[in-house]
Formats: sequence, structure tokens, C-alpha cells
Amino acid sequence: MFKLTVNGRTHSVDVEPGMPLLWVLRGPLDLPGTKYGCGIAVCGSCTVLVDGEAVRSCALPVSSAVGKQIITIEGLSAKGRHRIQKAWIEYEVPQCGYCQTGMIMSATALLAKHPKPTDADIDRSMTNLCRCGTYARVKKAIRALAEGSASHVGKKT
Amino acid sequence: MAIAFSRREFLKVSTALGGGLALEFWFPANGAAGVGVATEVNAWIVIHPDDRVVIRIARSEMGQGTYTALAQLVAEELDCDWAKVSAEFASPNEHVRRKRIWGSMSTGGSMGVRSSQDYVRKAGASARAMLVAAAAAQWKVPEADCMAASGIITHQPTGRKLRYGDVAGAAAGLAPPKEVSLRDPADWKIAGKPLHRLDIPDKVLGRPVFGVDVALPGMLHASIAQCPVFGGKVASVDARAALAMRGVKKLVREEDFVAVVADNWWRANEALKKVKVEWDEVGNGQADNRSITAMLREGLADVKLPQARKLGDVQAGFAAAAKVVEAQYQAPYLSHATPEPQTCTAWLRPDGFLEVWTSTQNGEASLAAAAETAGLPLERVEVHKMMLGGGFGRRGATQDFVRQGVSIAKAMPGVPVKMMWSREEDIQHDFYRPASMVRMKAGIDALGRVLAMHTTIACPSITRVLMPTAAVKDGIDTSAVRFFSDMPYAVANQQVDYAMRNGHVPVGNWRAPGQQNAFYRECFIDELAEAAGKDPVEFRLAMLKEGDKNRLVLEAVAKAAGWGTSLPAGLHRGVAVVDGFGSYAAMVAEVSVSAAGEPKVHRIVVAIDSGYVVNPDTCRAQAESNVVFGLGSILYQEINVKDGRVVESNFHDFPLPRIAEMPVVETVLVPTGGFWGGHGEPGILPLTPAVCNAIYAATGKRVRSLPLKHHDLRGAKASG
Repeated sequence: MFKLTVNGRTHSVDVEPGMPLLWVLRGPLDLPGTKYGCGIAVCGSCTVLVDGEAVRSCALPVSSAVGKQIITIEGLSAKGRHRIQKAWIEYEVPQCGYCQTGMIMSATALLAKHPKPTDADIDRSMTNLCRCGTYARVKKAIRALAEGSASHVGKKT
Repeated sequence: MAIAFSRREFLKVSTALGGGLALEFWFPANGAAGVGVATEVNAWIVIHPDDRVVIRIARSEMGQGTYTALAQLVAEELDCDWAKVSAEFASPNEHVRRKRIWGSMSTGGSMGVRSSQDYVRKAGASARAMLVAAAAAQWKVPEADCMAASGIITHQPTGRKLRYGDVAGAAAGLAPPKEVSLRDPADWKIAGKPLHRLDIPDKVLGRPVFGVDVALPGMLHASIAQCPVFGGKVASVDARAALAMRGVKKLVREEDFVAVVADNWWRANEALKKVKVEWDEVGNGQADNRSITAMLREGLADVKLPQARKLGDVQAGFAAAAKVVEAQYQAPYLSHATPEPQTCTAWLRPDGFLEVWTSTQNGEASLAAAAETAGLPLERVEVHKMMLGGGFGRRGATQDFVRQGVSIAKAMPGVPVKMMWSREEDIQHDFYRPASMVRMKAGIDALGRVLAMHTTIACPSITRVLMPTAAVKDGIDTSAVRFFSDMPYAVANQQVDYAMRNGHVPVGNWRAPGQQNAFYRECFIDELAEAAGKDPVEFRLAMLKEGDKNRLVLEAVAKAAGWGTSLPAGLHRGVAVVDGFGSYAAMVAEVSVSAAGEPKVHRIVVAIDSGYVVNPDTCRAQAESNVVFGLGSILYQEINVKDGRVVESNFHDFPLPRIAEMPVVETVLVPTGGFWGGHGEPGILPLTPAVCNAIYAATGKRVRSLPLKHHDLRGAKASG
């Protein structure tokens, strides 16, 4: 039995210690916003925040997630519309959208650490793979958030 | 007909209620609308009493934007309030029952908008006419005195108004007009505008919209393994260790795959790794890169090939030429690598009805595959179309994942099972972009004009693989010869020979099928321009007839990119122009090559003429998408074959470009009207040759095979 704190709520899950956090989220916790893409921590579709850090949940055993604050896309803001999600809508970032929840979680971690990231910061932190090629818009949305020019920036929801 | 809620709401409700027994099908009954319920005005349009409009979409959404663009076209002619528009997928089951009322459900070939724009716009216009007629009848006034705009009908002489929601019920009972006229695109208010896509909010909120997100009460999960050697069959299975693992419910053995069913996908996949399978490789275990290359070489050497094009006499052209240029090009197999792996949830209900949820590029094909696998009539099957986590041609003509999902469900009657492939399974069991090899020979006269061009193409046939029973006319598969068989350059003597060499690797439609020919042709044209001592843009323009839209996009891109102007040190340009999938696309690439020989694409300028543009922002997004999708295949992607199986297995050895590699993409939309072209694929066509031509400008080295990682590009020139 593992006690997990996900999106501010505590859950007890009876799973194998080696089960990756991703499959606890998508399984017993019924939080399908976090995606499986590769299972080897390369693509980043499974990115969640663990104590504020962007982490590939497909390679994090559930036993290592105990006692940490885990935030998934579903928990990004109380009403489900975080400023980053709003910027993503405003700049029409997603195409198929499959990688975008992970992309948004990476951007959240990046902007928390570097409110005004340089291009090099973005390139270094945003290592998520997008097959559709939304990178230009990801950059545009992050820059707008950093500069405060996204129309929703600063509005609490 | 009265309906209480949309299909997606229906799914949620039925799930919440604890099972699909709440899922009943509804059928239209003209004029039966009640108070407070939504009305189907026609098959495409449902209007709620509060004026909300639900537009049914028959094509699939995989990020290309068709879901929104088609809604824009319907809403334009309906003339409703866009803020009140939502969309839902048309039901494949109803489609069958209602005699294919929604036309084609196939989503490929950049056809979504261009091949249905006529009938979806007519559906919108027809519904508007019915709403106006209903209002006129209520007022007992002539229809000609009534006008509809933004969801409101106005009786012009008196100024009285009715909302669409007021009269939708009555309108549904009227006969549709026999003829409707469509708006001139110049007058569009909703279509043609960069409106926000309808599917994006759910996607950024992480809502369960994809095939892999389906959740049903009591649902189990499956992971599957197919023979690593294509075509292989299961010979024997020892699943004792797997079946003893936690959460494992069943091993499903079929002729060509095994699957483990468990209460969690990770558990199913871990257990699958413990299943010992002996495979019958059906004699394919020897094939490898060498045998495939030999097969293609033999094709090029074949002297009795069918001709995909014959104009004039190439031999006479060569005889008259001052110079003859010859080159051989090749490209490897490529995987689609859709971000969402192949998936299918199937549930053989206790009442014998089969429900399927899947990410499909063709809901109707999924329905047919599911019904055939289950041995049920089409009417006893429903396919719930989910949003696709990428498609790129992988999820259309082949419905392998649906057959597998339904086979597993048959082994678990009454229990919904969600099958998802592992990434490894996905990379190793694709229907790949064909590997091919092409030899081109051209004769140029003393003035630098091309007198003759002879092309020989050795390439597997996608049609032959996907539709084994379909006739390939005269031995020619269009997608294997296109861009040569329909080359727009005015060359009097042309011959295109096709050697169909299939091998055992399954091939399929990979974004812009045939795009490798655009690479070969447009790089060879650059070789000819150099041999002729001409500028690559001027050389092409000289071979394009007046009025050819290839000219227009080429001129537009040359202007936008500053072709002929100087570049910063280290940057070099390349150009290409290709028409396909209904549109015309020209591109200029700016690249650099480092001292270590590493290429980098800095800027792409692309000009596209698609006739009309329904959503300019989506079209720009598709141009950006085509650049990134193609870039990986230029730089490093390849599928290698060894011992009959694919060597690559995941994103570590089939890499995708990351954000740091993304060039600036500038899209110049030059819609000239009068035709409807696509956007999902045309943008990729000139990419590879434009980049490789720029690499030549940078290094003096011709790239005649891909990917670039196999080329030694050291020794770049300082400036272009």
C-alpha cells in the first residue's frame, strides 16, 4: 500500500512498488490526462510535477513518489484553467494534442523556475517530443507568458 | 427527431450510469421535435432550443483541423452564431443505417475539406432555407420577405424576429429545398477566418478525448505481441509464468498475435514480456537491408517495365542532347510513430451488440473491420470515433488494431477490453513509408534546356499491400510514381518506368504518400540546373507554362525568402516546388553545416496555393507540422531491417526532432480561388529537396540518399 499525494488529495493505492507512477495515475487514480508515449522516459508525454520538478512518470516507480507533491494536468488549477492552459488555447498550440499535457507540465516547471526564460532555457527544459510539430507555438506561448503579453496572464481562475 | 444530449455527452452519461445498456440508438423521425429538446434539422445539423448548434463531422480529427474547418463551412452557410457552435462525430453505425448519409468518413490524402466542402456547405444552406421557411410559415408571410443571419430570422417588412432555436422543430418537418446556392467565398464571415479550433480546450485540459482514454465500468486492459518477423504466425505459447502474475486475467492467442489481458495495462505489458512464444517466421527471417536493396536494384535493372508516363521519344532526346546527366537516389523505410500508439477498446455486450472505441482515420472502415472480425452484421456494431493522437496515414486503410481489439473482446465476452500497443510494438509493426530507389537520366541541349528525361522507379506498391485484391492498373501504383508521372515541367520527351518490388515489409500511406519522389525529382532538377549553368529558380520557371500555379508559388516563395539576395556567412539556400494533394507548394530552406559536418535548418519559407483557405491559422499550423514531421526523416530517421524484423524499437533509435531543432517557418498563403486543395500534406513535398539542395549549396555534396546522418558533410563553404 502506497500513500500518494496527487493534486492535493491523498490516495492509498495497493500496487506493486515497481509500477510506474504513470500507470497508477491512468489506472486506479483515473487521471487519464497524463499520457503514455514511450515508456522509456524519452518522449515526455507522461510529464507530471513531482515537488515542482517536471518528471517523466513512466519511469518513476510508485514507491519513489511517496511523500511527494504530485501535480498532474488535472490538478494544474482548482478550476481547471491555469494561465498556461489559457495561453495554449490563445496561441492555438496543440495539433493532435496527445503530447500537450506533458508539454504544459514541462512549461509549468520551466516558468516556475525561470519566469523569464531565454531561448536556451526553453530549448534545454522543453525536451518533450511532438510529432505534429507544435514547437514554434510552444515557444511563442511560453514567451508570451514570460513577457506578460498573453491576454490571460495574471488572471486567477 | 428529438434527442436529449450530444453523442459525447451520451457516452459520458452511459458510462456514469454504469454500463452501455443505457446506450440506445436514436433515429431521425421528421418533425417529431418536442419542447425543450434538440432537433436534427438535417443529418449534419442539430439545433437546441437555446440556439446551440451541434454540427456533425464525418471525417476524423488528428490535429489537422478538419473538425473545425468543416464546422466553419457548415456554419457559414447556415449563418448561425459561431459562439454557439460545437461539433461531434457522426456515428458510423447510423451512417450505415441511413445509407451513408454523411458521404465519406475516410480521412487521408488531405481530402477532409476539399472532397466534402460541396455537400457540407449545401447541408448548411439547405438547413438555413428550411429554418427560414418555418419562420415564414409561422408568420404566414412569404419566405422572400424573411432573412436569416447569425442565427436569427428577421421578417424584413415588420422587423419581427425568430431565433433558429424557436423554429428548428418546425423546420425539421419541412422538405429540404431541391436546390440551394452557395455563398461566394469572398463574402465568407465564418469560413476563411482564423477561428479557434473547437477541439483544443479539451486537449489542453487533459480531458479524456483520445482512444487510449476510454474508461468503461469493469474494463480490462490488453497488450499485444505480433511476430517480430513480418508475416509470421504463432507456433506455440507458454504463458504459465505470465498467467501467475498479479492482475492477469487471460492470455489470448490468435493466428498472428498473442495478447495478455489484465486489470491494468502496465501489468498486462509486464506479463506479456514473460510469455514465451515460438513464432513460425514463414520464411521471412532472412530478409534484411541488403536483400531489400538488392531487390530494388534488380527492379531498376529490369528492361521490361510498365510505363507510368510516355511523352515523345526519350532516346531521340538523349541523342540530340549536348549533355546527359544521370543520377541514382534512394530513401529508407520510415515509421509513422503516431504519438498515441495503436489502440482499440471493444466490448461484446451481453445482448450481442458490439461497441468499439478507437482512434481511426476512417470510422466506416473501422466498423466494417469490427463487424467482419466479430461475425456480426454492420447494424449490430457501433464505432465511437475518438480524437487521434496523430494519424499521418497509419490509422486509415489498415484497421489491424480494430481487428485485434475485437478478437480480444470476443475472447472476453461481456467484458470491455482496451487494447493498446506498446511503443516497441508500434515502431516494429507499422505499415512503413516504402523504401525506394530511383534512377533518373536527362539530356540537356546547348542552351541548357531539358530535351528528355527518363526515370525508373523501384518501389513497393502501397495499394498492393493494403488492398491485395484490388487491381493495380497496368502494373502501375499511382503513389509509387507520382511527381514523375505528373511532373509539370515542360519536357517534350519523358518516360517513367515502374518496377513494383514489394518484399515482405508492409508499406502504407505515410504523410503525403509518394513524397520521396518529390525529393528525388527536385534534387535532380537542381543537378540539371547546375549542369545547364542556370539559377535553380530561373531554371524551373523556364520549364513551367504560363498560368501554371507552380509558377505562382515559386515566384511567391522566391520573393518572400529573398532568393538571390545575400545571406549571413554560413547560411545557404535551397529551393523546390511540388504540387500534390490538390495544392501547390514551393519552399526555400536556409541551412548551415558546421565544421564538424552537422547540418542545421534555420529558416523555411513556404508558399502554398490551395485555391481556398477555410482556416488560415490551421493551414499555417499544418505547414509548420509538415516541416517538423519531414525534418526528422531528413536528419536521422530510418527503419532498418535485419533477420526479417525491424531493428529500431522506440524513440531512442527512431528519434523525433526536439524544440531546439525547430527552424523558423514562414508560411505564405496565396489562395487563387477556383479550386479546393489540401493542407495536411502538400507542405511536406518540397521540404526534403529544398533542404538537400541547400546542403549542396553549403557543401558541394549532393545528397542522394537519406538520412543525412550517414553523409560526411564536413567542408562547408563559408558563405552562399
